[in-house]
Amino acid sequence: MPVADFEPVIGLEVHAQLLTRSKIFCGCSTSFGAPPNTQVCPVCLGLPGALPSLNRAAVEMAIKAGKAFGCRIAERSIWARKNYFYPDLPKGYQISQYELPICSGGAVPVPGLGTIGLTRIHLEEDAGKNIHAESGSQVDLNRSGVPLIEIVGEPQLRSAEEASEYLKALRLSLIYLGINDGNLEEGSFRCDANVSVRPRGTQKLGTRVELKNINSFRFVRQAIEYEIERQVKEIESGGKVLQQTRLFDNEKGVTRSMRSKEEANDYRYFPEPDLPPLLVSPEWAAKVQVPKLPHEVLDELTRSGVAQADARTIVADPRLVEVHRRVGGDPRRAALFVVGELARAVNEKEADLAALKFEPAQVAEVWKLQDAGTLSSTAAKEVLAELIRSGKPPARIVQEKGLAQVSDAGALEAVVDAVLARSVSEAEKYKAGKKNLLGFFVGQAMKELKGKGNPGALNELFKRKLGD
Amino acid sequence: MAIDRAQVRHVARLSRLALSPEEEERFAAQLGHVLEYIERLKAIDVSGVEPLSFAGEASSPMREDLSRPCLPREKVLAQAPEQDGQAFLVPRIIE
Amino acid sequence: MKVDLLPLSRVSAALAAREVSPEALLESSLERIRALDGKLHAFLRLTEGEARAAAKAASQRRERIGPLDGVPIALKDIFCMEGVETTAGSRILKGYLPPYDATVVRKLKQAGAVIVGKLNMDEFAMGSSTENSAFGPTRNPWDLERTPGGSSGGSAAAVAARMVPGTLGTDTGGSIRQPAALVGCAGMKPTYGRVSRFGVIAFASSLDQVGAFAQDVRGVALLLSAIAGHDPDDQTSSTRPVPDYAASLARGVRGLRIGVPAEYFGEGLQPEIDKAVRAGIEVLRSEGCEVKPISLPNSPHAIAAYYIVATAEASSNLARYDGVRYGHRARATQLLEMYERTRAEGFGAEVKRRIMLGTYALSAGYYDAYYLRAQKVRALIRRDFDTAFATVDAVVCPTSPTTAFRLGEKVDDPLAMYLNDIYTVPVNLAGLPGISVPCGFDNKRLPIGMQLIGKPFDEETLLRLAHAYEQRAGFAEQLPPLVEHAGR
Ligand SMILES: [Mg+2]
Ligand SMILES: [Zn+2]
Repeated sequence: MPVADFEPVIGLEVHAQLLTRSKIFCGCSTSFGAPPNTQVCPVCLGLPGALPSLNRAAVEMAIKAGKAFGCRIAERSIWARKNYFYPDLPKGYQISQYELPICSGGAVPVPGLGTIGLTRIHLEEDAGKNIHAESGSQVDLNRSGVPLIEIVGEPQLRSAEEASEYLKALRLSLIYLGINDGNLEEGSFRCDANVSVRPRGTQKLGTRVELKNINSFRFVRQAIEYEIERQVKEIESGGKVLQQTRLFDNEKGVTRSMRSKEEANDYRYFPEPDLPPLLVSPEWAAKVQVPKLPHEVLDELTRSGVAQADARTIVADPRLVEVHRRVGGDPRRAALFVVGELARAVNEKEADLAALKFEPAQVAEVWKLQDAGTLSSTAAKEVLAELIRSGKPPARIVQEKGLAQVSDAGALEAVVDAVLARSVSEAEKYKAGKKNLLGFFVGQAMKELKGKGNPGALNELFKRKLGD
Repeated sequence: MAIDRAQVRHVARLSRLALSPEEEERFAAQLGHVLEYIERLKAIDVSGVEPLSFAGEASSPMREDLSRPCLPREKVLAQAPEQDGQAFLVPRIIE
Repeated sequence: MKVDLLPLSRVSAALAAREVSPEALLESSLERIRALDGKLHAFLRLTEGEARAAAKAASQRRERIGPLDGVPIALKDIFCMEGVETTAGSRILKGYLPPYDATVVRKLKQAGAVIVGKLNMDEFAMGSSTENSAFGPTRNPWDLERTPGGSSGGSAAAVAARMVPGTLGTDTGGSIRQPAALVGCAGMKPTYGRVSRFGVIAFASSLDQVGAFAQDVRGVALLLSAIAGHDPDDQTSSTRPVPDYAASLARGVRGLRIGVPAEYFGEGLQPEIDKAVRAGIEVLRSEGCEVKPISLPNSPHAIAAYYIVATAEASSNLARYDGVRYGHRARATQLLEMYERTRAEGFGAEVKRRIMLGTYALSAGYYDAYYLRAQKVRALIRRDFDTAFATVDAVVCPTSPTTAFRLGEKVDDPLAMYLNDIYTVPVNLAGLPGISVPCGFDNKRLPIGMQLIGKPFDEETLLRLAHAYEQRAGFAEQLPPLVEHAGR
């Protein structure tokens, strides 16, 4: 049977670092990039006698995720120890949740796929980092004890593409919730994939392989595609897929078996005796505010008249959503600004979404000038560009650049009269019916006004003077 | 015999303890003796009993999310058998 | 009698009355330690420098901070003390200098106590004789051929030998009460959660609790008031307010109901202990207590359940001793070898046995049959006590089935050693407070202890009963021959 006759079954496990100030069980800072072993204390070093002290904010963020995805929030969940030896795991066990996690059930909305079910979301602590060298390894424990949620998805994904879409949607949702920065390179959003294949039309699940070390969306697709093909080939050649953990080698684009240790999976989970059961009262859970998720914002934008494509562009970056909101006014016009002038400036490195120089509400001031006829549409664009670049008040930009249109009736009338006085024959022809000469008059007037006349106002004035 | 030498070897590996053959034998006998005694638990009717794994009080105030000063790195590394001034050093990891 | 031979509360009173200075008291304490510890080996190390500075500071204070101000205190070597070697009796931590103070150490320092040194113990508190110390056993001041019990054997022996008026220990399955009984002093294990465990080297987290030794019950009460209370660094510590335990002693015991559990007076109990404890119960009756027979039917299963729960937790708690960040490391060229040899060289035989037993009980395929079942039996034991406490205010029974046994007598028979804790272990499994008070001697003139067990967080009732009994019985003032011979 060719690959097409097999159906891949994929489930993802995501570890997302929570955006707390301090670690989950101690007061050490969680900030990234500090020199090795400078953000550690007796607790996260696993010193003799140290005990964990639970960070309330980490729990609240897990509740937030659980509510956003419609999970059941357990009123009582249990901490568990996952026991294994590794130099980056100071206590010889990871404090996690096992039998009774804080969130169970729920689903993640994925554009184009509907929703993908969740098995559970649980809280746990991160390990440190080993830096491998030829002669040995360095151990840095700055990351030890950083709070994580592990989001375990149901095996409902059927292709590498779907897996990648799910992951993107999940990542964006967590960013919207303000609980994760979505940074794959720094490892604050990490993914393991469980992959198996089965002949199409059959129900029984194949033997699953766990893929680790996938740290970009491109690698997710590559690793899963490679693995699907490998498993199919294995079956085709009469072999069997072995239950194992494989590492993705992103240089060669292949997955490789981690030498299977017979006891590798005996984690000897048991309830953590150093922490009381985690109690989340319904009142507490109810108080936790959940911001809108990407699909909800998308709906809102399109319902308010923003074009589908523009809405999607905006929703893909919560910072653009924020700018759109703060610009205010007509949502369509604001969207055009965001995907137009602003996007262009960001592209040309004239603006940084992380550090905007202007106050989005000022955009409406430019519109007002344009609508009042003080600015031509070209001039308005120029003012917006400068506003984005410098953040100067629009009125000052208009003044400094001399962009204001002459709309004042008195000033225009003098020019109109002068043009008509020296164009007697054209005026005659106009009155005789050659109406397209209006453009000629306006052009003459514009020349006189150095382009700053309000074309609409000039049109009206000429028509009136010529008896229309 | 409640536990044989192969099981002792397996458990010692899980516990990261190197045992000599003599220790394996002695521990198998001693642990076997203790496990035989522990077998008595099997005779107790525990049906419908919720396990008690936490004997303390159920609720404890959680910590507010404030960062506290960390240990100076010299102090962190001072007790390490091997370190390079920045990190702990461990031998090569052969899986 | 010299001040330094007095029980803690009277030492405190003498300091308050300025009959003695903290410095003089410290010097006589150090002198007795120097004279006796060669034979006893209660201390692993002295902190003379720190102690002298603390005593000096105490004597210069215009006003006393409280009853422990200037009182020499010593600590089981399980409490982390910044910059002072802390080993938990293990070779794997030899030379280890913690960078922080345990919460109880900080509290003692804040109370003005003068910390004199660190005391011997069974390695990682695993044992009932202090023979499992990597640094040699402690001996019993009543008979140097015998053990002081354990695991807090050094803490008990130091108090009994009047080296210091008070010490701290920890009790996971009887490690305070049993040695207190075997050396003839008072020792209390408070309710689980009453005292912070932060900075206390863990053996079994759901059972470990910090407690105190003193020759007198009032001394124990003073120590407990100083160390008890909520600690945000230990989320298993209770937020209940801490009573003034010493003040509550005056309330007497008339009308209190005490239960006598049949299961604690059965086979294996040394007849002289049976007799002494029953006599003790009569004393309490004559003080106005109502005595009732009760039943704790699941207590006989406690040892079996305990050795699963305690070792399972220990197997995990001791995983951190891996030679990476502190402590002993064996020479090795690759990681697995380093782990296995470091731990093989660093841990003693009993610790290895318990780590393996615990690992086995938690490993795939055995969890339900051992660990889960043990926790259910634990629930039954706790339920028995709950039932009993519906009709009584405290339970009275022996602390230990025998008086002090000979060194070496049980070292090769782990099970025989474990059975020594048969009357103390149920209290830890149920998380209750317990106290042992001296209640006589056997025919070899070895001390006997009587145990009182209370409701959760009702240390006050236990202290009242123990104090009332002590006042009548007077065993607390008896000096062991070692001290007697050294001269008053
Ligand atoms: Mg995980
Ligand atoms: Zn820390």
